[in-house]
Amino acid sequence: MPTILEADSGFKELDKYIDGIKEKKGMLIGVLHKAQEIFGYLPVEVQSHVAEKLHVPESTVYGVVTFYSFFTMKPRGKYPIKLCMGTACYVKGGSKLLETLREELEVKGDEPTKNGLFSIHEVRCLGACSMAPVVLVGDNDFHGHVTPHKLLQILDSYRQKEGKRNENKKS
Amino acid sequence: MLPNVNMVKIDIDGKAYMAPEGKNLLEFLLKNGFDIPHLCYHPSVESIGACRMCVVEVEGARNLQTSCTTVIRKELKIKTHTNRVEKSRKMNLSLMLSEHPNECMTCDMNGNCDLQDLAYKYFPSGEPTFGYSKRGIDLDDSSEFILRDLNKCIQCQLCVRVCNEVQGMSIYSMTNRGYKELPATPYELPLAETDCVNCGQCATICPVGAITEKPSIGKARWWETKKTKTTCAYCGVGCQLDVYADPKKNEIVRVTASEENPEVNDGVATCVKGKFGYEFVNHPDRLTNPLLRKKGKLVPVEWDEALDYTTKKMLDIKEKYGPNSIAFLSSARCTNEENYLLQKIARAVIGTNNVDHCARLCHASTVAGLARTFGSGAMTNNLLDILDSNVILLTGSNPTENHPVYGSRIKRAVRNGAKLVVADPRRIELVDYSVLWLRHLPGTDVALFNGILNVIIKEGLYDEEFVKNQTNSFEEVKSTVEKYTPEYVSRVTQVPAEDIVKAAKIYGGATNAVIIYAMGITQHVSGTNNVISLANLAMATGNIGRPGTGVNPLRGQGNVQGACDLGALPNVYTGYQKVTDEAIQRKFQKAWNVENLSPTNGLTVVEMMNAIIDGKIKALFVMGENPRMSDPDALHVEKALKKVELLVSMDIFPNDTNKFAHVVLAAASQYEKDGTITNTERRIQRVRQVINPIGNSKPDWIILQEISNRLGYNMNYSHPSEIMSEIATVTPIYSGISYERLEHTGLQWPCRSQEDPGTPILHAGKFAHIDGKGKFVPVEFAEPPELPDDEYPFYLSTGRILYHYHTGTMTRRVKEINDISPEVEIEINPSDAEKLEVKSGDIVKVTSRRGSISGKVKITRRSMERMVFIPFHYSEAAVNELTLAVLDPISKIPSFKVAAVKIEKV
Repeated sequence: MPTILEADSGFKELDKYIDGIKEKKGMLIGVLHKAQEIFGYLPVEVQSHVAEKLHVPESTVYGVVTFYSFFTMKPRGKYPIKLCMGTACYVKGGSKLLETLREELEVKGDEPTKNGLFSIHEVRCLGACSMAPVVLVGDNDFHGHVTPHKLLQILDSYRQKEGKRNENKKS
Repeated sequence: MLPNVNMVKIDIDGKAYMAPEGKNLLEFLLKNGFDIPHLCYHPSVESIGACRMCVVEVEGARNLQTSCTTVIRKELKIKTHTNRVEKSRKMNLSLMLSEHPNECMTCDMNGNCDLQDLAYKYFPSGEPTFGYSKRGIDLDDSSEFILRDLNKCIQCQLCVRVCNEVQGMSIYSMTNRGYKELPATPYELPLAETDCVNCGQCATICPVGAITEKPSIGKARWWETKKTKTTCAYCGVGCQLDVYADPKKNEIVRVTASEENPEVNDGVATCVKGKFGYEFVNHPDRLTNPLLRKKGKLVPVEWDEALDYTTKKMLDIKEKYGPNSIAFLSSARCTNEENYLLQKIARAVIGTNNVDHCARLCHASTVAGLARTFGSGAMTNNLLDILDSNVILLTGSNPTENHPVYGSRIKRAVRNGAKLVVADPRRIELVDYSVLWLRHLPGTDVALFNGILNVIIKEGLYDEEFVKNQTNSFEEVKSTVEKYTPEYVSRVTQVPAEDIVKAAKIYGGATNAVIIYAMGITQHVSGTNNVISLANLAMATGNIGRPGTGVNPLRGQGNVQGACDLGALPNVYTGYQKVTDEAIQRKFQKAWNVENLSPTNGLTVVEMMNAIIDGKIKALFVMGENPRMSDPDALHVEKALKKVELLVSMDIFPNDTNKFAHVVLAAASQYEKDGTITNTERRIQRVRQVINPIGNSKPDWIILQEISNRLGYNMNYSHPSEIMSEIATVTPIYSGISYERLEHTGLQWPCRSQEDPGTPILHAGKFAHIDGKGKFVPVEFAEPPELPDDEYPFYLSTGRILYHYHTGTMTRRVKEINDISPEVEIEINPSDAEKLEVKSGDIVKVTSRRGSISGKVKITRRSMERMVFIPFHYSEAAVNELTLAVLDPISKIPSFKVAAVKIEKV
């Protein structure tokens, strides 16, 4: 089944990474990490490609991908926003933050925004209840005592960052 | 063959036991009658301790231990039924039931469900602690054969393990985490869209109703069925099956693998044909009465009339034209006892050696080639010891389709570290598992293997000691292969020279190397020489007579080995005793109480057809064969069948052969009679009657006996076991065989006395020749008799596919199998397809100098360029109308694997 993805330059990058590994046994998780880094998520085509390259059954790849919450088969925004809905954050206004985000970004679930910049992911405790409500953008941009106003500022900072990057690209 | 096991003293519930050190504790407990509940344990796969029902208290351990993952060690002290243990079991069971629907009333596993039994045991009245619930997952009923209802899954992972470890397909994996964890196909695809080969082992092993056999659903409750252990007759592996039948309906409802014989089929393995290919038995097309041709039409008659007609006519023809005007085709689909009786009728009653069978078409060259070199023409080793091989040379064999259960075992050997070298013009599935693939041109096998031997000798990789002490004539072969340099062989075979060197180094450098081959080697004009070239390789490297070595032909049909063993061949009595040997003749004359057994060899299959056309054969008696479809140049065969004065066919179905018959005798299938068959590793195993013969059909041995009695030679066997007793008295290699000894595991011949445990490995220490030495035989490459040319530019190769069996009379009458594979697929290479301007699914006409057929194109890289592969299962596109009836001069095997054809788009 041909897909657009087959022509994706990411496959070349991934193959280069895989070909650079000497002992391929036991490297599945590492390769999947790299693949997700390249593609942003792990669609069927990528998993199937990894299986073939590493000579592991597709079922095994799929098993690993579904086991670790880190891996995702759905595309995420460039900056996934983890919004804590654990008890403490919820009580401290987490649901209000979620409402604000959904309205601002115009998304209903965990799909990426139209421009691909953000996606919203409800999580069940990030382990910082004293700072509730908390938000985590990307892998390590952490914010505590977040208010709807502060949240919009955070979004803006990312938009600006992207805007500058795009300008740099143009010039 | 058992490795030494150290017995150690252990303590179970305060009593001392001697137990095998290092072995599985649960296995030991179960064997010794302890009632240990378990759901995720099966002896055929690795234990993982998932269900936690088999927990025991182990002295010194803080937590309860799962006995299925506990290894027996010295001074082990356990308690199996303490309060703590039982409480834990009950809790675990409650948790499983809390995610299991209470649907036993309509569940197909009702009555055979381990979970149901445990629920009944621990909660005999009332609800389990946390009740029941249903996950609400949709059924996967996409597969023709397998129904998956994951609502009933208990996460034991047996399906995952059996598909990984035994079948080697790895279709399932556990996915997600925690209570959501379930076995799934890749990306949750419907099973029918995966690479699943429908072996059904997941359904066999599933302890609950989560994976069940779709064709069995609603047929019968487990307790209404009768279980009979028998041997699968679909290929030479001889899988041991438990067949469940509903006696009220006289119908088979389910087949599972028997756990009793792991050495044959791993205690759980089946392929799609063995597991699901039984529906033909009750098919409405079955012959239920004998048929007699009256006014040009075959009409049902009483048995007496059919048999009287047959025997009177046979006696007339014998009287008029002499005994050699009658020929018999025996059958690799019939039992040893039936083959014995047929050749006995031919020899003792009619007085001719004109008896042959389809082994002529598959492994006659094996028998000839291995007899010349090793002194005995059969698989040297057994099916299990491939797991001891370091290197596997597989050539002219596609086991994952034709011997699927053994194909899986090859995959397992590769997973365990064996190196696989494949030499095959087709890119068979196992190429994916190989370290080296030699794609030689069809018909260039002798050149290839002589080339490999050339390198082995040049590089000093041959076993000098072995050659010197255990063989003769090495020097002759050495000088013959001298000119087969890698460069020369590369030109002939198209295999790169460096790959020939590589293959030689891998095979020649191995501690234990095994050769496995099948019809890609044998079905050539050079068939015998092909086999000899392989035997030379094995002898030169000393790879014979030990576990993990040998030369192993995989026999095609269920009882090809046995039909040969029992003398359904024109040159030998039972056990390969020559008809030309006077002493042997006298022995059989005495045993059969006759005079003047014919001292001359009879005719082979293809020669019989020619002799009919020449007017020398007037009567042909066919038992369970379909030469109009299975023999080469089938239109020529048809001519013969139309010409012969008397054509008698014993069969279970109308087929392309018996539509020309004068008498058709309705026979019973392999599920409707008792007997034995001998698998490819020379193992004689029991066939047992599961249901009554359909309609008025009769087991072949009974029909043969009645024929013999009418011909004036008295036979009075009340059961096939009595025939086997007689076989044992006249057949040295079977003399230790009796039904009592075959009851559980079968025996591998030679088995020369009641005490003889049989012979798993031939030629250990000495060969079967009189001087005990193997004989090197020099063989030269010769081009196949018909090669592609301008007019017929393609190589044609024929063979089988996974889903069908031979001429399709049985498998094409299994609805689900035929739904998967309803019509012929002509396999051609993508680049040829492009040149011919055909797409997959287009209809093409394939023509040889002898005939032409049409069928759908399948574009695949399995076929090499300028080569086309066509299976011979389909009577509407009978590929043997194209094949060439040129015979190997030594073994008289026809050349099914090479013919020249042209292909045209229709």
